[in-house]
Amino acid sequence: MKILVTAKRVEDPESKIKVKADGSGIVQEGLKYKMNPFDEIAVEEGLRLTAKHGGEVVVVSIGPKDVQEQLRHALAMGAARAVWVNHPGPLDPMGAAGLLQKVVEKEKPDLCILGKQSIDDDQGQTGQYLAEWLGWSQGTFASKLDSLESEAEKAKAPAIELSADGKTLQVVREVDSGLATLACSLPAVVTTDLRLNQPRYASLPGIMKAKNKPIEELTPAGLGVDVGLQVEVLRMSPPPPRKAGVKVGDVQELFQKLKNEAKVL
Amino acid sequence: MDSPPEVAALYRLDDSLSEPERAVREVVARLVQSEVLPVIGQHFRAGTFPAQVVARLGELGVLGANLGGYGCAGLSNVAYGLAMQELERGDSGLRSFASVQTSLVMWPIHRYGSEEQKQRWLPRLARGEAIGCFGLTETEAGSDPASLRTRAARTKGGYVLNGSKAWITNGALAHLALVWAKTDDGGPESVRGFLVDTTTRGFSAREIPGKFSLRASSTAELSLVDVRVEESDVLPGVHGLKGPLSCLNQARAGIAFSVTGAAIACFEGARAHALERQQFGRPIAAFQLTQAKLADMLERIVVAQTLGLHLLRQKDAGRASPTLVSLAKRANVRAALTTAREARSIYGASGITDDTPPIRHLLNLESVYTYEGTHEVHTLVLGKAITGIDAFG
Repeated sequence: MKILVTAKRVEDPESKIKVKADGSGIVQEGLKYKMNPFDEIAVEEGLRLTAKHGGEVVVVSIGPKDVQEQLRHALAMGAARAVWVNHPGPLDPMGAAGLLQKVVEKEKPDLCILGKQSIDDDQGQTGQYLAEWLGWSQGTFASKLDSLESEAEKAKAPAIELSADGKTLQVVREVDSGLATLACSLPAVVTTDLRLNQPRYASLPGIMKAKNKPIEELTPAGLGVDVGLQVEVLRMSPPPPRKAGVKVGDVQELFQKLKNEAKVL
Repeated sequence: MDSPPEVAALYRLDDSLSEPERAVREVVARLVQSEVLPVIGQHFRAGTFPAQVVARLGELGVLGANLGGYGCAGLSNVAYGLAMQELERGDSGLRSFASVQTSLVMWPIHRYGSEEQKQRWLPRLARGEAIGCFGLTETEAGSDPASLRTRAARTKGGYVLNGSKAWITNGALAHLALVWAKTDDGGPESVRGFLVDTTTRGFSAREIPGKFSLRASSTAELSLVDVRVEESDVLPGVHGLKGPLSCLNQARAGIAFSVTGAAIACFEGARAHALERQQFGRPIAAFQLTQAKLADMLERIVVAQTLGLHLLRQKDAGRASPTLVSLAKRANVRAALTTAREARSIYGASGITDDTPPIRHLLNLESVYTYEGTHEVHTLVLGKAITGIDAFG
């Protein structure tokens, strides 16, 4: 089974994000970057599926040269090879999905696994556009029935199940009322939720092997995709600073305040 | 709380590191952050070794990572040093475990062992399924290993070992002990290395009680009473004291780099505390004496880090002289120890409890100051290199 996974470069969620004074974006100097955590879950799921059913995981990322760091990370986790779409400029979900569609048509995977959203701009649309434009089935917000403390997770079993004939995937997804189980015919696009798996760390031998794994460079022009923005960011502004709290002397005072001042009781 | 990026950049030295080197550091940093720091204080207090971390270090390929083949990662010494530095950011005891396993057990087997010895031990040691210890020091033979008394008497097909070893890191945990002993004639040139399975009859280890330092690490006495080993358990590739001394030179180079990890942990903790702690209506970081301490700490860390990186780059190029190793071990351990003491003082009274990290690092570093060549011996190594006169007598 050939699986294409995505690895977007995003700001480290533990970094302190500051908005530029003119609202044109965020201050990038000194920021740390890492792979979008949802994509890391996608890479992990792909690796588990190929470990069980055979095949290879190909990882793709779109962005400037720096995204090679995230591709190397996925290669160090165990992906076989990487595709880098060299695009230094801004990109919206439709642009990303358009580029991914062309990469899919070139690579012909059986399955694409993407993070359900990226934690930088939280759009959460790319996987859905991709499935729609490819005309493939989609299982979004894939989750796991078992807890992350379960034996299945400890045994690194994939949460996404492949049918015996290899033609259908069973995807469990989180919905408002609980969990829904979908049968998706292959080829399919799956997007990952947080509780699908716990991604592995890259091992040190894995990091060394990743140095020699191939990264293929593509460009939007080469793929024939117009990545002109459909969505324009007008202005960014930081959330208003939180007001200082007050210290209460005892539980009774806390109740008084909740009742009389906050009026939540 | 992390330092401001322009400060951290001074000691992270990212621009001088390759991408795989940075990746190695990040993996081990993540492991330490999520699996070591939450539990290390309790282990230190209880005097227990965080054994669950060994399997993780094995899984990630940290043990023996600078060796090639036999399940080892084949990293550069710089990448390996960065991994050790991150472990030491967690605790010097945990880093000591890894240093002994890698530099004092796996390295000599890799360098001086037979093919059969390598196949038998290296993959298991790399995975953390077997733990090794290094038996050179004795109660009466510390800085003067030539005076060691453990004897290996030749018998049919092998040797019988008798003697005892002291201050042996990993001693009570080990499955394999590399014991250095003199063969019959008793001179320092007769020293050989013996791979002793610790389940062999006559071998026992006793944890040394009462330690105030490296409490999250095993430090033991080994006793060998008529311990039989086969001829095939002797390291064939080295005779004499240069065997154990070459191992120590390996370990020291790693320590000279990794010890900065403890200093960085102390500095970052003290910086955060100084910004938070209010006295006289201001954070204590606003006072000049505190700023001077923080500036001194940062300076020492950056200097140590730069020296450590130089040392390991030289080592990767095959050019690290024992004099440079002595210089860097001496300078960097002292820098870390001084930094830990200053960090402790910034924490004030709370700094004397094990709820705050500097006192743990400070106590650990007192061992690092003494082991792997005491500070004093390294001073005399430098003295000899400078003057040409051997002050050891």
